[in-house]
Amino acid sequence: MLAMENLEVVYEDVILVLKGISLSVPEGSIVALLGANGAGKTTVLRAITGLLDVHRGKITKGTITLDGKPIHHMDAPATVAAGIGQVMEGRRTFTEFTVDENLRIGAHTADRGTVEANLDRIYTLFPRLAERRKQVAGYLSGGEQQMCVIGRALMAEPRYLLLDEPSLGLAPLIVQQIRDLIVAINEQGTSVLLVEQNANMALAIASHGYVLETGKVVMDKPAAVLREDDDVREFYLGLREEGAASFRDVKHYKRRKRWLS
Amino acid sequence: MEILIATIVRGVGIGSTYALIAVGFVIIYRATDVVNFAQPALVILGAYFNALFVFNYGLPFPLAVVGSMAAMALIGALTERVALRPMVGQPPFSAAMVTVGLFFALYVLAARLIGSNVITMGDPWGLSRVEFLGTTVGQVDIAKTIISLTAIAVVGVFLQRSKLGLAMRATALDQEVALAQGVNVGRMFGVSWAMSGALAALAGVMIGTAGGGMVALDAFVALKALPVIILGGLDSIKGSVVAGIFIGVAEALTRTYQPGNADFLGANFDVVVPYLIMVIALMVRPYGLYGTKEVQRV
Repeated sequence: MLAMENLEVVYEDVILVLKGISLSVPEGSIVALLGANGAGKTTVLRAITGLLDVHRGKITKGTITLDGKPIHHMDAPATVAAGIGQVMEGRRTFTEFTVDENLRIGAHTADRGTVEANLDRIYTLFPRLAERRKQVAGYLSGGEQQMCVIGRALMAEPRYLLLDEPSLGLAPLIVQQIRDLIVAINEQGTSVLLVEQNANMALAIASHGYVLETGKVVMDKPAAVLREDDDVREFYLGLREEGAASFRDVKHYKRRKRWLS
Repeated sequence: MEILIATIVRGVGIGSTYALIAVGFVIIYRATDVVNFAQPALVILGAYFNALFVFNYGLPFPLAVVGSMAAMALIGALTERVALRPMVGQPPFSAAMVTVGLFFALYVLAARLIGSNVITMGDPWGLSRVEFLGTTVGQVDIAKTIISLTAIAVVGVFLQRSKLGLAMRATALDQEVALAQGVNVGRMFGVSWAMSGALAALAGVMIGTAGGGMVALDAFVALKALPVIILGGLDSIKGSVVAGIFIGVAEALTRTYQPGNADFLGANFDVVVPYLIMVIALMVRPYGLYGTKEVQRV
C-alpha cells in the first residue's frame, strides 16, 4: 500500500500547493487522480518520487508511506530503488538515445542480471518498440515515445507505477492502446496511480478515483460512483443530462468548477 | 619532404595532447553544461604531481603517471563537490565564471608549487629519435600520439558502452528524468570531474615531456584546447580528436614554414594560429565540426 497522509507541499517557501492531501493506492489496484490544471496532481507525484527539490518544493507536513514505512524523506534514486517508478508528463524520452538505450537507463538501479529478461518482457509488451530498438527515440511518434517511457519505467520492476498524463496529446485510437497497456501492466502485478485529464479513460480502468482541486481532495470515491456522479459527468466527462438548461440560462459564475464553498 | 613528415609527426603529437585536454572539457560540458575553464590549471597541477612522484618519491615513470592521474581525479572530484555543486540549477554562465575563478586559484597554487623551476617528467623517451617513413622523428611524439589516442578511445568506449557511461550521458541530456530513473546526478557530476581531472594529468605529463621541460606558464599551452573544442564541437569526443590533430598540425606547419615564407607576420606566429582557426570556425560553423544540433521531430 502506497499511502499519503495530510500532505502539505510548499514551492519556493511561500506557494502552498498541496493543502493536506490524503490518498492511498492499495496493492494491485489502479487508482485515478483527476483534476484541472494547477490542481496539484503532478506535485503529488513529485512528492512521492522525491523530485520536489528539483522544483524548489518542500514537504512541510504529513507523511508518505510505502507499506507503512515512511518514504517522504528519500531522494529520487532511493524511491526508485524502493520500487516506485514514475512516467513524467510530456513523455521526456532521452531524445538522442536509441530506444534500447532509453530502456537500459531505466534499469539503472536494477540488478545487472535482470536487464535482458526485462528488455524481452518490454519488447513483448510493446512490439512497436522492438521494431525500432536501434532508432533514435527523439524521432519516434508521440505514441511510440509514450510506450518508450512507460517501458523505461518498467525496466526497474517497480511495484508502484506513477503515470502522469500518458494520454496527453495522443490520438483517440492511441489513447485506447495506452489504456489497454496500462491494464496489461496492472495485470502483471504493478499497482498504478494514474494522473489524467482524460477522465473518461482513467475512470474506465481505475477501481478508485480522487478528484483534486486547488490542492485539496474534494472527492474520494470508487471509480464506478464517480462515473455516475453528476458533477464529474458534467465537468470531466463532458456529458450533460438530456434536456438540461442551455448554458445561456445558467448563472456563469456559479457554474465554475468548485466543489467546496 | 623529410622536414614535412617530421613536422606533421610533431604536429600530430602535440595535437593529440590538445585533443586529450579537449576531451576533458567535453566530458564536463556534456555532463553539466559547464565549460570548465579550470582545465588548463588541472593540467599543470597534474604535471607537477608527476614530477613530484618521479623525483621526490622515486616512483618509476608509468607508476607516477597513474599516481598523478589518481591524484588529479581526486582533486577534480573535490573541486566539483566544493565549488560547482552549489551552482547546480544556476545559469551555466555563472558556473563557467566560477571555473574561471578556479583557474586562477589553481594556477596560482601550481605556480607556487612549481616556482620558477623548469620541471621534467622523467619520461623514458627524452630526446631519442626513431626511424619513421624515411626520416627520423622524436620518439616522444609517437608516444604522445599513441598514449593520448588510446586514453581517448578508452573514455569513448566507456561512455558508449558501460552502464555508468549511459547514466552520465542521460544526466547530460535531462537531469530531472535521469533522477527519476534512479541515477544519482550529483555523483555523475563528480565522476565526470574526476575523469577530466585524470585526463588533465595525463595531458600535463604529455606536455611536460617536451624537450625543454615545462614551466607553470605552460597552462596557456593547455588553453589551446579551447580552439579545439570550438572547432570540434563542444559536445563531441570525435570532434575533439579531429580538431585537436588538425590544430596541432596547422600549428606545427606554421612553425616550420612561416619563418622564411611569410616573415612579415612576425615571430612566433604559430602561437596565434589555433585562435585564428577558432575565429573562423565560429563564423562558419558555430556548433563545430561534429557538435550536435538538437534532435527534434518535425
